[in-house]
Amino acid sequence: MSLAETKSAVTQQLMESLQKQAPKIAFIPDEEIVSAIRQLEEKGIPNNKHEDYKYCNIEAYIRREFKSVEQSFQSLDAQDIAAYKIDEAINLVVLNGSYSPELSEKVIAKGISIQSLNDISGKEKDLIASQAKSFSDSLIALNTVFCNNGLFFKVEKNNAIPMPVHIIYINSADKPSLSNSRSFIHIETGSELTLIESFVNTGTGKVFSNYVSEKLLEENAKLTCYTFQNEGAASYSVHTNSVKVNRYANYSNTTLTLSGELVRNNHNVELAASNCEAHLNGLFLTKGTQLVDNHTLIDHQMPNCESNELYKGIATDKSSGTFNGKIFVRKDAQKTNAYQSSKNILLSDDATINTKPQLEIYADDVKCSHGTSTGKIDTDALFYLKARGIGEESARKLLLQAFAEEVIEKIEVESLKERILQLFEKTL
Amino acid sequence: MITIKNLHASVDGKEILRGINLEVKAGEVHAIMGPNGSGKSTLSSVLAGREDYEVTEGEVIFNGKNLLELSTEDRAREGLFLAFQYPIEIPGVSNINFLRTALNEIRHYHGQEEISAKDFLALVKEKQKLVELDVKLTNRSVNEGFSGGEKKRNEIFQMAMLNPKLAILDETDSGLDIDALRIVAHGVNTLKSKENATILITHYQRLLDYIVPDYVHILYKGRIVKSGGKELALELEAKGYDEIKKEFEIAE
Repeated sequence: MSLAETKSAVTQQLMESLQKQAPKIAFIPDEEIVSAIRQLEEKGIPNNKHEDYKYCNIEAYIRREFKSVEQSFQSLDAQDIAAYKIDEAINLVVLNGSYSPELSEKVIAKGISIQSLNDISGKEKDLIASQAKSFSDSLIALNTVFCNNGLFFKVEKNNAIPMPVHIIYINSADKPSLSNSRSFIHIETGSELTLIESFVNTGTGKVFSNYVSEKLLEENAKLTCYTFQNEGAASYSVHTNSVKVNRYANYSNTTLTLSGELVRNNHNVELAASNCEAHLNGLFLTKGTQLVDNHTLIDHQMPNCESNELYKGIATDKSSGTFNGKIFVRKDAQKTNAYQSSKNILLSDDATINTKPQLEIYADDVKCSHGTSTGKIDTDALFYLKARGIGEESARKLLLQAFAEEVIEKIEVESLKERILQLFEKTL
Repeated sequence: MITIKNLHASVDGKEILRGINLEVKAGEVHAIMGPNGSGKSTLSSVLAGREDYEVTEGEVIFNGKNLLELSTEDRAREGLFLAFQYPIEIPGVSNINFLRTALNEIRHYHGQEEISAKDFLALVKEKQKLVELDVKLTNRSVNEGFSGGEKKRNEIFQMAMLNPKLAILDETDSGLDIDALRIVAHGVNTLKSKENATILITHYQRLLDYIVPDYVHILYKGRIVKSGGKELALELEAKGYDEIKKEFEIAE
C-alpha cells in the first residue's frame, strides 16, 4: 500500500464513521464546508510528513487508538461537574461538544450574551469560520464538517465583566469517540473579559477532541484567557485558537497543560490593526508517553503592535514536548516589537523537547528577538539545597516549581492559581 | 566532633587530596590555609558530599557516624554546614521558603515537629539582625541579584538559622570589604559555643584577625604539611606561601 493510500484510508474511514451520526449543521457557510471537504480529501488528517506536524503524527494516533469511532457519549449531571467549577467565576458547561444551559450557571452579569451555535443568525452567523479557515489546516476542516453544536459567547459593547467566566469543556464517553467542539468568543468594542477555559474528560472511553475556538477582539477590547488542559490519559486533543485582535485591543493567553496523552495546541493570533498587543504564555509538564505540542503563530499585519511569548516545559519518562513559535511580520507592520522565549527542562534521558523559533520578517523597522534553552535540572542549585538539609525529592520539587513560577505567576485568578499549583505539585 | 583519617579524593581521576588527617573537637576553631590549588575547596566539597569528587581512601567520623556514607542532605541534617565560596543563585525559590523547608526537613529528621509560622518569623527576625541582612533580601529569591557581600552574609544568616554543630566556611572572606568582613566575623563569633566547632578555609590571614583560631593548618598539595597555633598564620603571612612551597618541595 502506498503512503498516499494509507493517508486517505485513515481519513476516509474516520469520515465515514462520523458521517453516520452527524446531523446537518446550519451555522457554517456552505462555501466553507465545501472548502473543508476539499481540504480533507486533498490533504487528509495530518501526519509527520506535514512540516507543521513533524513531531505530532495525528494520523498515527487516529489509526492506532480510534480504529472504530463509536460516539458513545454519556450525559452528566450537576454533581459530575461540581469539582471542576471555580467559585469566583460564572461557570458554563460545554458537554461532549454542545453548550449545556442546564449544567451552566445563570449569568447575572450585564452585557453577556450566550447562545448555542445552532441558534445564531444574521451578523453573528457571518462571523463563524471567518477566522479559522479550513484551507489552512485539516483539523479545522474536520471540525468544520463535523461539529454539530457549540457556543457563541459575546460581551456587548463597553462592558467590563467584573468576574471571570469559566467555560468547562467536559467530555465523557465509554467507547472510543470523537468530538468536534466549536466556540466563538466575541468581545465587542471597549469591553473586557477574563475567560478561563478548562478541558476535562471523565469517561472510561478514549476521546479524540478536536476543538476550534475563534476569538474576536474589537477595538479597545481586552481578553485575558487561561487555558487549563487536564484531560487525563484517555484523552487525545487538538485545540485550535484563531484569534483576531483589532486596534488598541489586548489579548493574553496562558496555557497550562498538566495531562492528556496527546495535546496539540494551534494558537494563531492575527494582530490585524495598529497598536494592539498579544501575550502568549505556556507551561507544560509531560510524563509517561505523553506528547504536548504547542504551535503558535503571531501574525503582525499592521504597525506599532507588540507580542510576547513565554513557553516553559518540563518533560520526563519517555514523553515529549514541542514549542514551535512562528512570528510573521508583514511589510506594513513597522515598529513591531516581538519577543519570544522557550525554556525547557528534561528530567530523563528518554524524554524529548523540540523547540523551534521561526521568524519571518518583511518590515525593516522592527524589534524581534527569540531565545530558547533546554537543559537538565541545575545540579549546582540541587547541591546547594541538599547541603542545607533539603532532601533530593523536595529539592527537585522546589527547583521545578521555581522554574514554573514565571508562568504560573501570570495567573491573576487566585483560586485557579491555587488549583494549578496544587495539581502541579502533585503531578511532579 | 569530626575526625578525618588519611582522606584521599580525586576528581576526574586526578588525585587532589592525598592523605588528610585532622581532628576537630567541640568548642574549637580551626583554620586551614594554603596556596591556590592546594585542595582547600576540594576538602570542603568532599565533606559536604559533592558528587563530582571520588573518595578513594580514608574515613571521616562525624559525631560517631561515618560521614562519607551519608547523603549530602543527611550530613546537613546531622549538623554539618558548608558556607559556600560561591553561593548559588536560585531564581524563583524565595529565601524564606528555602529556609523554612530546610529547617523543617532537619527537624523532621530528628523527630521534631515543624516550626510554627510565628516562631519561624521570630527566628528570622532575630538572626537577620545578627548579619545585618536587609529584610527585603530575605523575601527575594535565594541569592538572586545579591552583591558578593550580601551573598556571604546570607550564608552566615542561613548558618544562624540552621544552628549547625560544625560549620565549614569556605573562603568566606574572599571578595569582602572590611565592613562586610567585620559583620560576617561578628556573626560567626556570636554563633560560636562550647557545643559547636568551626573550620575556616582561607587563603589570607586577614580573616583570622577577626575570627581567632585555636589551630592553624597549612594545606599543600593535598596534605596538611604543618600545624600550629594562631601564630602560624602570622608566620605564613610574613614569609608568604613561597617559603612553604620551597620547604615542602624539598621534603617530598
